[in-house]
Amino acid sequence: MQNRRNFIKSMSVIAASIALIGSNISFVQAAEDTIKVGVLHSLSGTMAISETALKDMALMTIDEINKNGGVLGKKLEPVVVDPASDWPLFATKARQLLTQDKVAVTFGCWTSVSRKSVLPVYKELNGLLFYPVQYEGEELEKNVFYTGAAPNQQAIPAVEYLMSKDGGSAKRFVLLGTDYVYPRTTNKILRAFLHSKGIADADIMEEYTPFGHSDYQTIVANIKKFAAEGKKTAVVSTINGDSNVPFYKELGNAGLKAKDVPVVAFSVGEEELRGVDAKPLVGHLAAWNYFMSLKNPTNAAWIKEWSAYAKAKKLPSADKPLTNDPMEATYIGIHMWAQAVEKAKSTDTDKVIAAMAGQTFKAPGGFMSEMDPKNHHLHKPVFIGEVKADGQFNVVWKTPGPVKAQPWSPFIEGNDKKPDEPVTK
Amino acid sequence: MTKQNSGITRYLFALMVFVSVYSSQAWALTPQQKAILSTGDNDTRIAALNQVSAEGDVSAIPYLQAILDDAIKLKDKQIFMVGDSAVTDVLTGKEVELPEDAEDIINNNQMRGELDATIASLNLLSTDTKVRLESAKSLLGTDPSAGRLALIKKVEATEEDSKVKATLAQVRASIEISSPDKATRLAAVDELGDSANPNNKQILASRLEADGEQDPEVKEAIQAALKSIENHMATYDKIGQVFTGISLGSILLLAALGLAVTYGLMGVINMAHGEMMMIGAYATYIVQNLFLHYLPNYFGWYLILSIPFAFMVTAIIGVIIERLVLRHLYGRPLETLLATWGVSLMLMQLVRSVFGAQNVSVENPSWMSGGLQLTANLILPNNRIYIIAFAALVLLMMWLLITKTRLGLFIRAVTQNRGMASCTGVNTSKVDAMAFGLGSGIAGLAGVALSQVGNVGPALGQSYIVDSFMVVVLGGVGQLAGAVYAAMGLGIVSKFLEGIAGAVLAKIFVLVIIIIFIQKRPQGLFAFKGRSLD
Repeated sequence: MQNRRNFIKSMSVIAASIALIGSNISFVQAAEDTIKVGVLHSLSGTMAISETALKDMALMTIDEINKNGGVLGKKLEPVVVDPASDWPLFATKARQLLTQDKVAVTFGCWTSVSRKSVLPVYKELNGLLFYPVQYEGEELEKNVFYTGAAPNQQAIPAVEYLMSKDGGSAKRFVLLGTDYVYPRTTNKILRAFLHSKGIADADIMEEYTPFGHSDYQTIVANIKKFAAEGKKTAVVSTINGDSNVPFYKELGNAGLKAKDVPVVAFSVGEEELRGVDAKPLVGHLAAWNYFMSLKNPTNAAWIKEWSAYAKAKKLPSADKPLTNDPMEATYIGIHMWAQAVEKAKSTDTDKVIAAMAGQTFKAPGGFMSEMDPKNHHLHKPVFIGEVKADGQFNVVWKTPGPVKAQPWSPFIEGNDKKPDEPVTK
Repeated sequence: MTKQNSGITRYLFALMVFVSVYSSQAWALTPQQKAILSTGDNDTRIAALNQVSAEGDVSAIPYLQAILDDAIKLKDKQIFMVGDSAVTDVLTGKEVELPEDAEDIINNNQMRGELDATIASLNLLSTDTKVRLESAKSLLGTDPSAGRLALIKKVEATEEDSKVKATLAQVRASIEISSPDKATRLAAVDELGDSANPNNKQILASRLEADGEQDPEVKEAIQAALKSIENHMATYDKIGQVFTGISLGSILLLAALGLAVTYGLMGVINMAHGEMMMIGAYATYIVQNLFLHYLPNYFGWYLILSIPFAFMVTAIIGVIIERLVLRHLYGRPLETLLATWGVSLMLMQLVRSVFGAQNVSVENPSWMSGGLQLTANLILPNNRIYIIAFAALVLLMMWLLITKTRLGLFIRAVTQNRGMASCTGVNTSKVDAMAFGLGSGIAGLAGVALSQVGNVGPALGQSYIVDSFMVVVLGGVGQLAGAVYAAMGLGIVSKFLEGIAGAVLAKIFVLVIIIIFIQKRPQGLFAFKGRSLD
């Protein structure tokens, strides 16, 4: 029965959309009692390790909003699709979400390459995407809200910390990453930043590994050699995905201690350390805008809610529920979108985009997160944490308050002329 | 002097040191000192640490260790020490309950380094030679601090053990290299130059920076010392490089051995070979969880038990696949390829449905973690050493099986001439099943090894299947020895290239080399001599 109704509905939707082709009138389902929202995260393939948790977090948040009465008096109806860590498939699935399912908004993507792949679709169909992961910047699109960190909210403060007295006064840097757009761009920015601090090219070593690399013996040996050549050395790691596990195992086995050569990572959080014996890694660092170990009432309540949800849904992680930064960014993003829809009294893309400006939300990070009035990025605090023996992080440094995002890093030439808001033609 | 005597002298000496610098106060840390050490900002804590170390207060060691081990908790002004059985209030000394919201002390890297160094310098006063040697060694790795110089000099002066004395001399030199006296500096450079320790190299090199050494004579000495250290280190670097190559080779060999049987001996292009490794790794995961659940005290043994378990599971699955699918496809390589590829997809999806799409965590037992320290700049990781040994063992067992047993004889016979073997009464279809099971079982063993160095997930096999075929084809189809040489060669060459060109380019170069090699020599390193190839 239900199936047939859905079938009839979707047929009518298709018929209607055919009728509407070429016109700019957006299709409104009059008798609709739910608002559809898309969830576009890889549930299989190499990125499943990180993205599955985001999908679950999105569903939990939607549940929570529905329990509190939904949005505009309607329930949210999640539409979950699996783009399978296949970048072109992201675009196909995004198109499907926008044209067939008619979702009001999509929460999704992790890697920058997947975001770049869906961008044209959202621009063409004037959709709305919330992207919850820290990234390299160099992008500012009208149809996207970036709830993760821009480089000045993660990478730059982390390197500044390493150069400070507390961070060990590092004078030489190894920039180590997976070979794709995010690490390459971040390291370009970092190199320019280090130059501005008077660090010469001879004191910077840059290395890349393929996706899924698992033999870090040579690289760790090279780091050791580089560290022996002069002043205090630190490693900045933009290794992504499950390669981190063998990398950290090798660090531990090779006896490279944090107090000799600290490693600060931008893509390693609680979830990535799940499968690693953290004892040899004590003292290595990570920079994020949220850590599970943060002590504040909002965070405690959020972790409790997540644990209960994981248990109720029998998620595989239920016996050791972990929260991390991109999960927090997902949570903030969905709530802010809901608030913006209430404010705009509509799910229309342009109206919601206008209403998003200046939205605030009490984030589990302990601060009031604010959406910048113009640049589609959140103002976020920056935390630097040291790995503890149980795989959690001790916050050893934080910014006094939220930091405004600079999607166009001033350390890349020509960016000073770019406006701090999306350009619409 | 007898050993006991020397111990007593040492003890008396230590006593003298305390009395001379520390006469007015009691020995143990006062509650105030403990409070300063555990609360407050880093600078005051470090100052307090330096004081403790200057006073040579050995009774502070347990408390400092507790700070380091996160056994000290704070709540408001109270400080708690969490022991094995009870919690004590540090300030009052009474036994109390630990409040739920008590917080850890936050030690950052700098703080931990200072704590380590203080404990090590206090341990220099120990009567146990081993403890003294350990602490002298760990002082070598810390930032040189002038505050410790007096203590180190005194201990060095009376030290009788030559190893401890030599290490202390190095520690002293690392501090004295920034002394204002030129002769002292020159002596320090001389001392530091006489070793292969990368730490010394770092100390010397940083003296050459603009704000370091000014005297041209000392500068020259430093440069000479650096050269000598580099020469020392270069040898060990080469050993290290060869070791990583052999280690990669041993993994390639394990991955390819099973394929050498199924593809090399039987001629079946088995695309599901990688999935057999994946299942072997998951079998390890199952055994690990059983141990965690039922025998947590014997956790270190789980890996040993998972070896036969993984072999059995994958061998049985292999036999089932052979009976159900491959049996009907012998002599049709293309169909076999497609069918086994289909099987591989099904196995991956099966594992995904049962265990989930995410990676599962397989822990290293404690004896697999850490490494064997050959010199200061060369540590051979234990897991790599064990895997090399394991690969050699599997190779030996397989060689024995193929050459010395009845089953091996049958397999060789069927490989060489199926018709003839059948005529002499060999049950060829049974031998096929057994051989395929053997190949799969060995892939399972590779899975056990891989679970210790990489990630265990449904797609684990995909990343090794190409490498396995590369080894078998390069080595020459039908040749065990070929597989060994090819695996080791590939391992060493790719690690060597990685050192020069980086991981991404190295991978490309290796593939190019193999393509050229196969063009020139399609039969691989070792051609199979005989009629069976036609």
